[in-house]
Order: sequence, then structure tokens, then C-alpha cells
Amino acid sequence: MRTGFRQALDTITRVRGVHGALLVAGDDGLIIAEALMEGVDGKAVAALASSLSKRMRRSMEACNAGPPHFMHLQATDGTLVMVPAPDGVLVVTVGDVRMNVGLVRLEMLRAAEALT
Amino acid sequence: MRMTRAVEGWTLVPLERFVMESGARLTLLLSPAGQVLAQHGFTRAVDVMAAAALGAAIVSSTSEIAKMIDAPLFRGLNHQGVHHGIFLGSFKTPRGELLALVVYDNDSSAGLVELFFENLRDELVAAAPVEEHREPVLAADFENELNASLGSLFGR
Repeated sequence: MRTGFRQALDTITRVRGVHGALLVAGDDGLIIAEALMEGVDGKAVAALASSLSKRMRRSMEACNAGPPHFMHLQATDGTLVMVPAPDGVLVVTVGDVRMNVGLVRLEMLRAAEALT
Repeated sequence: MRMTRAVEGWTLVPLERFVMESGARLTLLLSPAGQVLAQHGFTRAVDVMAAAALGAAIVSSTSEIAKMIDAPLFRGLNHQGVHHGIFLGSFKTPRGELLALVVYDNDSSAGLVELFFENLRDELVAAAPVEEHREPVLAADFENELNASLGSLFGR
């Protein structure tokens, strides 16, 4: 894995409650780089998060709100957050309910910037 | 109108689920010889025949290339265009080797198709009957067999 990608993901996965982070080709739903705990199905997360992100983008654009900068889904036992990065890359983080979403958001935005 | 039809009934439920989950526009399940087992989304018999022949030929060509470079056989091929992508996957079942040809557009993605293709493969492997010995198709019977298959695929 390219060092820049590794570093971008490492800063996210250091946050407490994070189970993994991925860089995903946003249109394809394929993994570019990943740092995941055992038991997280990266391929499935990448494909489904990318699909969800595309639909969210369309929904926001239909509302004349422009493309989303940050997407956050909270479920009973976990959290999924996504940040679109340049060149169609999607930064995706999976965590548990204790995850500090504010800190993760900051690290994801930094990671997205670092990819430029 | 029903969009998914099968010549061999055991393929129908896994194929319907795959299409629903992956968002594929067109899907063909076929043998390496190009014999169609099931299809989704095609409306004309001539398109099914052409797609099956071309899909089987592509898999056959890439298999030969794999042999030339002493590589394991390719299990998946993805051709991506601007508006559409084509995925070709092959896998072994108790019924023999099968191929899946999937056409998807921007409502789906390579990742989704590959992800749900794995489920399709596993479900088909579990559902497939053991391959029976088949007599070679004689030229005299070929047209009747082809017409019967196309009849099943298009509900005629």
C-alpha cells in the first residue's frame, strides 16, 4: 500500500471506537486502501458505502443543496461515516457507538485533503 | 412483465436475488459452450444468442491466455465503459462450469456486482444438481433444442 494512503488511514484508525477505515474508488465501489479490524468485511463495506454515497449525492443535488461533504449513519451497534475526497475517492470509516464522530470527521477531512 | 427467466429452474431464485441486490441491468447464466441457463433483462432472443456466444468466446480467449502464461484461470473479468460496465465471471458447480455475464450501469458499480456475484456463485453451487451424462447435441436436434431454450427464456 502506498505510504501516503497508509498514513491517511492510520490517523483515522487511532481514534477510539474506530473498527476500520478505507479509501474507496467512489464510482466503482472497489477498495484502494484499507486498515480494518478482523471481522470487518472491507469488500462489502466499500461496495455498499459507495452505492449509498452515490445515492446521497443525487438526493442532495435534487434538493439543490450541492454535493455532500460528510455523511454519518448511526445504527444500533455501530456507525458509518463517509467523506468524499478529490478524484472520486471516498474516505469511509466504520466504528462502534462509542466512536468520537467529531474527531473522526476531522481526521477524515484531513485524510481527504492529504490525497490531493 | 417478468424480466428474469430460466431454462433450468434451480437458477431462477439465486439469479433474481442477484439482480435485485446488485442492480444489474442484464444478466446471463450460461455454460462455457454458450448454452444459456437463465437470463434477466433481455427482450430479444437474438441479443441473448449474441451475448452468450460473445461472452463464452471472451472467457475462452482469456482462459487460453492464462494457460500461455502459466497463470491460474481468471475467475472474473471487468470491462468498464463510461456509462456501462460488463462483468464476466466463471465458477465450478456440481452441474459443471458456469459463466455469468453481467451488464451494469451507473446505478450499480463494479464493487456491488463483484460482491453479490460471490453470493450468486455460492447459492448456485449449493442449488445445482449433479451433472448428468449428456448425449452430444446432433445437428438434426440442434434447432429444436435451441427453440425450446429460447421459448423458456422468453415465455413463448
